[in-house]
Amino acid sequence: MFDFVKTVLIALPKGFYTTFKHLFKKPVTLQYPKEKMPMAPRYRGLHYLEKYEDGSERCVCCGLCAAACPADAIYMEPAENEKGERYSEVYEINLLRCIYCGFCEEACPEEAIFLGHEYEFSNDSRESFIYTKDQMLANRPTKEKPFKKIIRKVRRIF
Amino acid sequence: MSTVAFLIASAVKVTVIVTVVLMGVAWSTWLERKLLSRFQHRIGPNMAGPYGLLQPIADAVKLIFKEDIVPDKAEKITYALAPIISFIPALLSFAVVPVSDTLTIFDQKIDMVISDLNIGILFVFAVTSLGVYGIVLAGWSAGSKYSLLGGIRSSAQMISYEVAYGLSIIGVILVANTLSMVELVEQQDSLFNWFIFRQPLGFVLFVICAVAETNRSPFDLPEAESELVAGYLTEYSSMRYSLFFMAEYANMIAVSSVATTIFLGGWQGPFLPPFVWFAIKVFFFMCFYIWIRATLPRLRYDMLMNFGWKVLFPLALANVMVTAFLQRL
Repeated sequence: MFDFVKTVLIALPKGFYTTFKHLFKKPVTLQYPKEKMPMAPRYRGLHYLEKYEDGSERCVCCGLCAAACPADAIYMEPAENEKGERYSEVYEINLLRCIYCGFCEEACPEEAIFLGHEYEFSNDSRESFIYTKDQMLANRPTKEKPFKKIIRKVRRIF
Repeated sequence: MSTVAFLIASAVKVTVIVTVVLMGVAWSTWLERKLLSRFQHRIGPNMAGPYGLLQPIADAVKLIFKEDIVPDKAEKITYALAPIISFIPALLSFAVVPVSDTLTIFDQKIDMVISDLNIGILFVFAVTSLGVYGIVLAGWSAGSKYSLLGGIRSSAQMISYEVAYGLSIIGVILVANTLSMVELVEQQDSLFNWFIFRQPLGFVLFVICAVAETNRSPFDLPEAESELVAGYLTEYSSMRYSLFFMAEYANMIAVSSVATTIFLGGWQGPFLPPFVWFAIKVFFFMCFYIWIRATLPRLRYDMLMNFGWKVLFPLALANVMVTAFLQRL
């Protein structure tokens, strides 16, 4: 009986006061398509291919990324341009196989491939997930992101 | 008042009150979702119209266009009747609730109550108890074990709280010496004459039983989403499903109105017009309902029975006895 009285007189008002306090707190909801979470600088999203300042591609089609890829998602065919430099004629990543581990980025000796911040690339056909070289070059962020500098610094140490 | 004027006035009153109550039902779903989400740090409906205010219309359109499914094992006639049986009593109790002072239009005195019954309180209690039949019949007729359990729980729950519910009001009747809702309001002309101050225990008992009466959390045993899928609602779909929901919210508004009339002074209040005071009081009572839902978890089945018979019933009896004794002095 005493326990019951204690419950009614102390616990109930306490509970009601707690919920009442929470009524005036700011909602934690993120209105997703309108607002987005700030991404971690080292987030690994959709890949992109980097270019030199003069606009030529960095990728030399060495195949190290394809060798490093644990999911076997990268396919490439090399070719030579008129100056005798190697470049990749075909460079495809199967996004359905890719596990976004970032090994390709680490393996690349030319600092050509990076994993960007984009994560909204759902589509309704399997073919559209074969991600071609043109798309990857176009996807390059215009501003240099700070995380790329971090990676370059790490590279110089090795 | 002539017969014609009386008929016209009654028709207008009935139309206005039914319309206002149905609108209130629609937007109290919005209020509940919005408030409940704020209690839980969410935003709630905010896409349909400003502050999601058109959400009830969107919900209604969706529910009307859904397929009406009747299970093979259902008792077809009872199954179809049950939602109506639970909805009509919810609306009926507004017939005796005075929403405002007497108005004078075209030299005619019009009572702002559909019918000033001299046994108003008795009528309210009789009619609101009928709503349980809808739930029990729905649970029994759907031919599903979850529905049946919901229906059984509903009837058992009703037996536990209905006695205390009836007794909780007797104290007020003893003090007021009337059963008419209009006279009850007239007796609460100043703040300290409100029956919430003259019968505090009666008010607490009434609120607890009213929550059980309307099947609201923490006494929402017949629905009990986490145990019985949706209890008596399990097999229902489309408009019949929404009729049960409308019945629940109409019951909430009805009980809020009755509580306002009996305990919180009805339309009495300074400065503002009487019906505004009435609306404000009902609104706060509805918010309190939602506050309770946001705070308390559902009681276990046997806990409700224990609570009803071993706590509420003796307390209500004691309240009646003490009140009667004090009245006699």
